[in-house]
Amino acid sequence: MEMSEAMHELDTRRLLCPMPVIKTQNKVRTLSTGDCLRVVSTDPGALNDIPAWCRINGHEVLETGEEGNEVFVVLRVGEDNGALF
Amino acid sequence: MTEATQPIKRRAIALVSGGLDSMLAVKVMQEQGIEVEGVNFFTGFCVEGHTHAIRKKDKDKDKRNNALWVAEQLGIKMHIIDISEEYKDVVLNPKHGYGANLNPCLDCKIFMVNQATLMINKARELAGDRGFDFIVTGEVIGQRPKSQRKETMPIISQESGADDRLLRPLCARNLPATLPEREGWVNRDELYDFSGRNRKPQMALAKKFGLDDFAQPAGGCCFLTDESYSNKLADLWKARNERRYELDDIMLLKVGRHLRPQPHYKLIISREEGENRFLEGYRYMFTSITTVSCPGPLALVDGAFDSEEELEQAAAIVARYSKGRVLDEVTLEVRQPDGVARQVTVKPALPDDVPVAWNVG
Repeated sequence: MEMSEAMHELDTRRLLCPMPVIKTQNKVRTLSTGDCLRVVSTDPGALNDIPAWCRINGHEVLETGEEGNEVFVVLRVGEDNGALF
Repeated sequence: MTEATQPIKRRAIALVSGGLDSMLAVKVMQEQGIEVEGVNFFTGFCVEGHTHAIRKKDKDKDKRNNALWVAEQLGIKMHIIDISEEYKDVVLNPKHGYGANLNPCLDCKIFMVNQATLMINKARELAGDRGFDFIVTGEVIGQRPKSQRKETMPIISQESGADDRLLRPLCARNLPATLPEREGWVNRDELYDFSGRNRKPQMALAKKFGLDDFAQPAGGCCFLTDESYSNKLADLWKARNERRYELDDIMLLKVGRHLRPQPHYKLIISREEGENRFLEGYRYMFTSITTVSCPGPLALVDGAFDSEEELEQAAAIVARYSKGRVLDEVTLEVRQPDGVARQVTVKPALPDDVPVAWNVG
């Protein structure tokens, strides 16, 4: 199951900041280094907050963009997935 | 268990709100060689969530989550934790009561420090080198009338279960020595003795650290300290005949003009584009009213109309806040949550038709 570069999806539509970041954080904790995650949100703030969260926690932002009323961020999980325990 | 031969790097978890005080508290710890990770709690009442939710797309300013921004400035990791569900009990049943409004500041602080205590207990149990030795907050004696007083400091330490593992670097020298001080992990002489509401010592310390761009909420980071917001929450409980709320309820109290023409329904009317966009997301949950014949706001109906007259009254009120307010008639669409919609044409309400007493908050 240690396939690297697996692409995962996370739907945070309708959620407001900081919930998209919290959901992203919690999802990343279940992933492995090198896994990719595409987060979709309807809160435009996610385009700032999720990349900021990635910078702080050592994850790489591969792509960000807007599609109609939605925004998305694609990230690659860094060395530490942030699981507290 | 093996003991490392080199000095152990002591680790602390800091409550980070995104404001200046907690930022300084972390910085003071870092200056003493303590490794800090931040934790930020989402209660549902955070001003943060609001400002981000309704901000307009084209406004670049304030487009940041302050807790994340602080973490980035300080180079610390940040854990953001959703406590909105557990937090209800703090808001509804605060053991130590409310402050000036519906702000349960003392119970809130105890709750948050307790959450951090549970985190460090768990980490110690399971994690070895990922464990934490103590907790840091940006509390300052006398800063907040309800929670940050000389007599509340020991209450927070004790009732949270943190006891002497709770260090307040900005006012530590006014308080008994805590575990990290006694153990020599931090040097008490290099901690601070701030007290009172005067912000000058914090400003001076920020300057010393070269921090010149920071948010200044200092209690303004929670909507429950806001009188208008608290009034809206009290109105919600009264209208429902019970003290209870869901996350969506408290989100909606942050947005729009709230008018209650009848005890059994309330209108939430957007005041600008950002609020419009925000309220759009709730049309699947509420009956909504929008203008069709001219540009105007979006309104959600919290409650139900008892009669066609009430529906028309609500439509006339919404029309009053549209571009067509001076026209003889305006056509609006009333849409049910399931998408079924119909149009009504009404004469916009006049200012006198909307008494100030209907304003909630």
